[in-house]
Amino acid sequence: MLHTVNKSPFERNSLESCLRLSAAGSAILLFEDAVVGAVQGTKIADAVSAALSDREIYVLGPDLAARGFDQSKLIDGIQVVDYGGFVDLSVDKGTVQAWV
Amino acid sequence: MGIEVNGKTLEVDEEGYLADLSTWEPGVATVMAKAEGQELGDDHWEIINFLREYYEEYQIAPAIRVLTKAIGKKLGKDKGNSKYLYELFPYGPAKQACKYAGLPKPTGCV
Amino acid sequence: MSDIKKFMYVNRKAPYGTVYALESLEVVLIGAAFDQDVSLAFVDDGVYQIMEGQDTTGIGMKNFSATYRALGDYEITKLYVEKESLEARGLSVEDLMELTWEDEDEDYEEKPSIILVSSAELAEVMAGQDVVLSF
Repeated sequence: MLHTVNKSPFERNSLESCLRLSAAGSAILLFEDAVVGAVQGTKIADAVSAALSDREIYVLGPDLAARGFDQSKLIDGIQVVDYGGFVDLSVDKGTVQAWV
Repeated sequence: MGIEVNGKTLEVDEEGYLADLSTWEPGVATVMAKAEGQELGDDHWEIINFLREYYEEYQIAPAIRVLTKAIGKKLGKDKGNSKYLYELFPYGPAKQACKYAGLPKPTGCV
Repeated sequence: MSDIKKFMYVNRKAPYGTVYALESLEVVLIGAAFDQDVSLAFVDDGVYQIMEGQDTTGIGMKNFSATYRALGDYEITKLYVEKESLEARGLSVEDLMELTWEDEDEDYEEKPSIILVSSAELAEVMAGQDVVLSF
């Protein structure tokens, strides 16, 4: 299963709920305003790191770059994908749950 | 658009459904039925009243599948089937009975 | 008969302030015509949708909470409510409407529709769905 989140974790609880309600083995993709949730040193970084123990977390590169974040600022273990990678994830991971 | 009921003009939408549910009175059903060449008997009223009660309770007009099941439970299996309802309302229970009852078009009406 | 798929509608928004809750309910009712295995989940502010005692007379909007009581008629009998979302809002299941469905096979016996689950339990149920629709 693929969970997608596109809202900033500092404005909405979408990422928080996604972390709480995603099962082990599922994948999470952060895009649009949610990419800031993939960055080190935020108040939710620990929760994101913890989720990486049993889930894969991806971030959409173009959205990250657009907001001025370098990939070196990402939490360890988060993988960067481009639009093609987003499509591949949607296909490979089966059901998609969009945390809008 | 509007229909004349007991000297009052009541607004209806482009499909003939009553614009404001609260303006309904039994005369609405009679007038609408007459315009479609139908006389309403006790069997018709039984369904119309049932629909009004259903809407009052659940705030929706039931889908036909739900209506037949509920009618079957309340009024007996011989009435809880679409054949019976279509005999009473040849244009379809949704299109006719709900409209006569002053309800909006059923959600999920195909 | 086509394959039955598992559909879950995830409700995360409070009613009335935005149109999501009502839209979700309408999609659920329309979708019910397609004979799939449908369940609903109420998480985050979505739990406010099924609060007991809603009265909208003062705000001039339709009180569509009554419509959740009709879900059983539409053969939608699994309403998952996340315990953690209730607790975060100072609520318990007693604050919610009593939603039931009638089991035709057991002489119309009324059975509860609400299934109280933990986050972990709901995560598993969600992971087992074929289609998840979010509102």
